[in-house]
This record gives sequence, C-alpha cells and structure tokens, in this order.
Amino acid sequence: MKYVTDMKAAAGKTVAVDDTILVKGVPATAGSKMLESFVPLFDAEAVTRLQSAGYTVSGKSNVGEFGLDVMGETSYFGPVTGENGSLRGAAAALVADGDADFALCTDLDGAPRRAAAAENIVFIKPTYGTVSRYGVIPCACSGEQIGVMAKTAAGAAELLSVIAGHDDKDGTSLPEKHYDYTASADVSGLRVGVCADYCGRASQETAEKVRAAAASLGVCEDVSDGRLMLARPAWRILLAGETCNNLSRYDGVKFGFRAEGYKNIDELYTMSRTQAFTLLTKMTILYGSDVLSKGRYDTCYDRSLRVRRVLRNAADELFGKYDVLAMPGCSKTAYTAEELGDSIDAVYAESLFTAFASILGLPAVTVGGIQLVADSMNDELLLSAAAALERR
Amino acid sequence: MNYETVIGLEVHVELATESKIFCSCSAKYGAEQNDSVCPACCGMPGMLPVTNKHVVDLGIMAGLLTNCRINRVTTFDKKSYYYPDLPCSYQITQWFSPICVDGGVEIETSQGKKIIGLKQIHMEEDAGKLVHDDWTDTSLVDFNRTSVPLCEIVSKPDLRSVEEVIAYLERLRTLLRFARVSNCRWEEGSMRCDVNLSIRPEGSTELGVRTEMKNMNSLSAIARAIEYEQARHIDALERGTEVLVQETRRWDDVKGQSFAMRNKETAADYRYFPDPNLVPIIIDDEWFDRVKSEMPELPEVKAARYVGELGLTEKDAETLTASRAMCDVFEAAYPLCGSAKDTASWLIGDCMGMLRKKKLTADDIAIDPVKLAEIIKMVTAGEINRNAGRRVLAAVMDEDADPRAYCEKHGLAAQNDEGAILEVVKKAIAANEKSVQDYKNGRTKAMQAIFGSIMKELRGNGDPQTIQRLLKEELDK
Repeated sequence: MKYVTDMKAAAGKTVAVDDTILVKGVPATAGSKMLESFVPLFDAEAVTRLQSAGYTVSGKSNVGEFGLDVMGETSYFGPVTGENGSLRGAAAALVADGDADFALCTDLDGAPRRAAAAENIVFIKPTYGTVSRYGVIPCACSGEQIGVMAKTAAGAAELLSVIAGHDDKDGTSLPEKHYDYTASADVSGLRVGVCADYCGRASQETAEKVRAAAASLGVCEDVSDGRLMLARPAWRILLAGETCNNLSRYDGVKFGFRAEGYKNIDELYTMSRTQAFTLLTKMTILYGSDVLSKGRYDTCYDRSLRVRRVLRNAADELFGKYDVLAMPGCSKTAYTAEELGDSIDAVYAESLFTAFASILGLPAVTVGGIQLVADSMNDELLLSAAAALERR
Repeated sequence: MNYETVIGLEVHVELATESKIFCSCSAKYGAEQNDSVCPACCGMPGMLPVTNKHVVDLGIMAGLLTNCRINRVTTFDKKSYYYPDLPCSYQITQWFSPICVDGGVEIETSQGKKIIGLKQIHMEEDAGKLVHDDWTDTSLVDFNRTSVPLCEIVSKPDLRSVEEVIAYLERLRTLLRFARVSNCRWEEGSMRCDVNLSIRPEGSTELGVRTEMKNMNSLSAIARAIEYEQARHIDALERGTEVLVQETRRWDDVKGQSFAMRNKETAADYRYFPDPNLVPIIIDDEWFDRVKSEMPELPEVKAARYVGELGLTEKDAETLTASRAMCDVFEAAYPLCGSAKDTASWLIGDCMGMLRKKKLTADDIAIDPVKLAEIIKMVTAGEINRNAGRRVLAAVMDEDADPRAYCEKHGLAAQNDEGAILEVVKKAIAANEKSVQDYKNGRTKAMQAIFGSIMKELRGNGDPQTIQRLLKEELDK
C-alpha cells in the first residue's frame, strides 16, 4: 500500500475542497443562502486523510446550490465565469489555472465531470463506496461520491489513493482498507465500447472527440443499448426523492437561515425555505416530494429502483464485452449562465451523459473532454486508460 | 343492542442499549438537557447513520419472546414529516421489511387464556422533546431522546376489553423486562402506547369506524380512555350524538376526555422510502443463534423449576422470578453455598428488605453472588451468627465489602469456645444478683436480662443456643 506516508512527497501540495464537503471551522455553504452561516464541527473523512498525509487544504471552492446544477450557475454567491463569459466550475478553474494542485469535488449529478471537460483537465468519480461520504453535505446519498480533480490522470490517481479506503463512519463504505491507484494497469488491446446513443445526443464536435479517443485506446466498436436511455429519468427520480428528503432538515429551526417575521412554526418553515433556496433546488424538492408521495411511489420511485437493477444487468452484459465505455461527459464544452437559466431543464438535458455512472455508482473519468466509464472497482484500469489518452 | 369493542395496540418501548441507534451518544435517561447530543443526532449535514448492532440483537430478542418470524433481511426506511423535535425532518424507521412479523402473545384473564396476534415489530429512532416556556412564550427543544432506539410492537385488532388490554400490556412488559430488551418504565416514557379502537354490533364481522389515541403513558389512563371511547362510540351509533370519523385523538387524563387533533397534524403523507445510507441488515444463522442462546428462561418456567427441582415454596419462587436481577443473583449464589432455600431466604428476607428501606426495587439489586454465598456459608457453618451475617450483608450491598475481611475488622467471628462463654456467663450471674433472685423466685423471664448482658459482653458473637444452655445450667445449679 502506498498510502502516502512520505510527508515530503505531499509537502506544499494544495487541495481546494468543494463547499459541499466539510472542513472543521470553515463555513460550508453548499452554495446556498440556507447554509451561509453554517460552520461545521468536524472534518470530512477525505479531508482528514489528505491532511494527515501532508496535503494542505488551500480553500473552499464555490459550487452550484447543493451541487445540483450544470456547473455552478445556481450558487448563491454567483457563478464563476471566464474572460469570454462562459461558465467555469470553481474547482476545475482553480486546478486548471494552477491555483491549486488538486480539488475534492462532490459528484451527484455530473457537475464536476462537466467542469473538468470544459477545462480539459481530469476528474475521477471513483466507484461508489471507495471514498467515505462522511462529511459530505448530503443530497442523493445512493449515488453521490467525492472525486478528485487534477491536471493529469497520474495526479488524480495520487490523491485518490490517499483518500480512498474503508471508513466505519459511512455504512456504505466498502471493506477494503486502502487502495493504490498509482500503479499503471496494462491497457494494450483495451476493448472499448462507444455509446452511440449518447454520442448521437451530443454536439458533433464532442461526438467526434469520443470516437477518436476510443479508436486510439484500442479495439473499439459502437454499442447501442436502449436500456441506457433509462438511466437519466430513473436517476432524476431517485436523486430528487433523496434530495427532497435530505434537504428537509433545513427548516430554520436548528441552524442555517431563519426568515424574520414568521407568526407560527409553519410560517417559520415556509418562509425560511422559500427565501433561502433557489428555483432549481425548489423544483428538485417539489419533484422529489411528488415521486415519493403515496399515489406515486410505486410508479415513480420504486420503479426507478427497479430500473436501477435493469441497468445493473445491462452493465454486466456491456462490461462482459468491453473494458471501458467511451461517451460524452456533456453535450458541449462551453455554456453561459444565461443559456442555462435556473430551472431544472438544463441540468436534466446534461445529465443524460452522466446519469448512467451516477445511478450505478460506477467509476467515471473525464479526460481530454470526454468520459470513460468502467465497471465497479476498475478505477485503476480507468485511470490507466486516461493516462494512455494523455500520452496520445 | 350489545356491542363488541375491537382494539389494536401499537406499543413503543425504548430499547435498553448503552448508546443511541445511529450514533455513539449515551441513551441513558435523565441527562441534563441537550447533554447527550452530537452532530449526528441533531441533524447536522455530513453525518451518516451507522446501525448499533445491539439494537438489532434486542429487536430479534423481542421477536423471539413474542413468537414472531424474524425477517433475515431487514431494512431501514425514512419517514418524512416536519416537527421541531425531529432534527432531520425525517425519522429512520422500518416500513417495507420490519425485523419481526406474525407473532402472538398469550394472555390470561378472567375469561381464560387467549392469544393476541402481533402484526409486526419494527425498530426505529425516537424523537426529541419540546419544552414550552410559558414565561417567554417560546418552545425549547431537548434532543437527548433523539435517536434513542425504539421497538414498535403492533398488535392485530384482537383485543376486546380493558381487562385484555391490561393483561396484554403487563405480559409484554414482563417479557421485555425479563429479557432486558427494555426497562419498560411508563413514568419515564420508555413504554407508551397508541390505542386503536372501534365498536361493532355483537356478531358482526365488519369493523366499525376506528379512532386512534396516541401516546398513552399509564395503564390507568389507558383503561379510562378505552371506557370513554367505548361510550362515545356507542352514543354516536345509538343516539346519533355525533358522526364518527377515522381520526387521531388526544386523551386528556385530567379532564377524562378525548379530543380530536387538528386534521393537519394527522393527515400527513409520510413519503416512506428505503434509506440508502443503511444497507440491508442480513441476519445470518450465527447471529440468529447467538441471540437465541441468550434468550432467558421465562419467569413462569423458572418458577416451576425452582419449586420442582430446588424445593422452594411457590410463594418464594414467584417472588424471586418477578425480577430478572434477583433470579440472576439467586442462580449464581445457591450452587456456591449449597442451599437454594437458604439463598432464597436471604434474598427475599434480607436483601429485599434492605432495598425497600432505600426505596429501591428488586431489580436494583447489586450484589456479588460469590460474596452472598460466602456469607450464607459462614452463617451455616456457625462462623458468624445470623445477626452478624446481616451486618456483613449490608456492608457488601452498600460498599461491596469483602465478607471475611469485614468480619475480622469488626470482630464478628462467633464465639464458640464453651469455656470462654462459661466465664462470661458466670461473671454475668455474679453481676446481676437481682435478676438471679427473680429467676429463682420463678420469674423465668428474668433470664432474658442476664442473657442480654452476656450477649453484650460477647459483642453479639456468641452462639445464642450455647449461651442459653450454659446460662440455664448455671442458674439451675
């Protein structure tokens, strides 16, 4: 195990931490007015691990409210934009500009994957359960996962090796104590499936990039599987239901924003939540509340849980034939806040490409502006493939 | 027309664990407000629930005690509603696959024996407590009870009378306390009950309109509430005093009336769904068998054994088996001292008396059975007399003293040397001329005074029979 015990190796290396991940004593807002004043009492497990390995948390990176949006456009503190006016994910911008060596990001609906693609850097969302979610401000617990942003695949492998490993404080944490992703796996003759259904929905430029990358990695062929198109609606339903439930703790009673001028407890709830959440968050809550309600649970939420099993079967078949699946991580490489707006439509459109890995907890890496997805526990193979693409 | 009352109960008991169900905070009753809280049980984001395995042990035990089928794969689900004493605005409970299903509890009433069916038993977390401050007209929240583990025991609508309800609740309480699943203290809220009740004409098989009274916390209140609701339902049916609707009602024990709760408080859609943070609990054979092996012999079985095998009286056996703690001390001590009867007599006659003086109950007994056996042995062997034995017992119960060391330190060893006792007897006769004269004049009671001074001289350690004998011999000379 190469759990970085050599403090010198890490000395001076900086990590930006998404504002959805807790650092003791430092405000954790999750990009929301609701948590503007929230100061956590403890560190996230991933933060504890990187600090004890000698890395320095150099700051918190801005996120869209609770990480639910396309790329940070719904942050209460305003989005980060580049010189040309296009959106930049804060963590990805910090790493791309060299202001931080790495970033820890929560990926629940693909925002960091899209941000890394826009900056042409690397982001890995590892297999669900390899990195503890202890200290992540929760939304969609069944699929959200801390991942690592870095300039290179080797860098992502380095930091991921530090933060991954079993944690008793997270009941979904996998049993393996440590992981080492820094050795490179043999990727010669890699069998690559190109997800034609997703390529067809992205811009032509993005689709061509995916095909070119796949071709350079090994033996590739197009895959079309109708089941993959079920990932987005099913994940939307699960994500919304879980998010609605998790955000219900922000009621203005214990911590976080409390509206003024309420006359009773119902008004305290309603006014605090109405004034603090953005439209996207409210829409997600309403949608989630609907799919969990009595008359709708069976046909929406429970059916989505069953779709997750259908997708798992599809993944078993696909990964029997291919080592990795190549697909777009987003429809295009640049967005403006204006075109995205603040409703649920934009993020629903973009989640087409990210939902498959999210709903199944599969490892996914963004590299060279495209996305590679492997079967669970094949993170090392995925990072090696990403490194091979970098060398191309 | 005659009516039949149909009652089903939902009984909540707090499980007797050291820590809470999903975090490591203490679950002890009676801490200062908000002393037993952490970021997890007050709902701060970032904390994840991790199941306390002991809760599952006790859940399985509750099922075994009530003849339930144990679901070997059991899951936790989230139930959403807004209330200030619920920090996450959801409660983690079991909705889709509760730990125990399809059980039954046998009760005995004046009508004979009957089995009350159980629909299910599920595990869940408790909520906090609101304290209203009238002075400032504000509500304050105490999160100490938040996430304390509970079992909810849901009966089938098999109960027909107050008598059956009381018998059922008492039986449940006995079983759960005996197996140490819960201490079931109504007064501390560790046992409470929701009563579902409806009325139908005798002979009818259809159920009437059902009302539910929530959070009942004493047997007398439950009895009164049931009688009140029965009368109210019958009045409504016969005299049309009101139209019955399915609703939740609050029982006011002071006014002796039930009141409908605001519809808004009760018409919630709880939006149950499986908690993704808690993976299904798989109870394998090893786990199941371990809990099964820890299941105690039930009180009535124990009592029969105490009478049949150990020769105790029925009354003593019943007294001992009313408390699991007493049984544990008894069963550990009697093989060491060799006499079940003596052990029972010491426990019932002496230990319980000492506990009562301190306003404690039999369950509060805290004595090392080895030391109790030692005392009994010393008394039986005549090393100390019974009075000295009681003094040692008190010291052992109060300060866990070592019996032999205590006897030595306080000079409690019985004086068994006849020569030495005779010396004292002679001295006493010489010093009590008047009593001796009285005795010789036929007032045999006068001997008691001399006996007393001898005992005093021997500091209570002389064997009374030896003294009596020697004294009589000397006086009669």
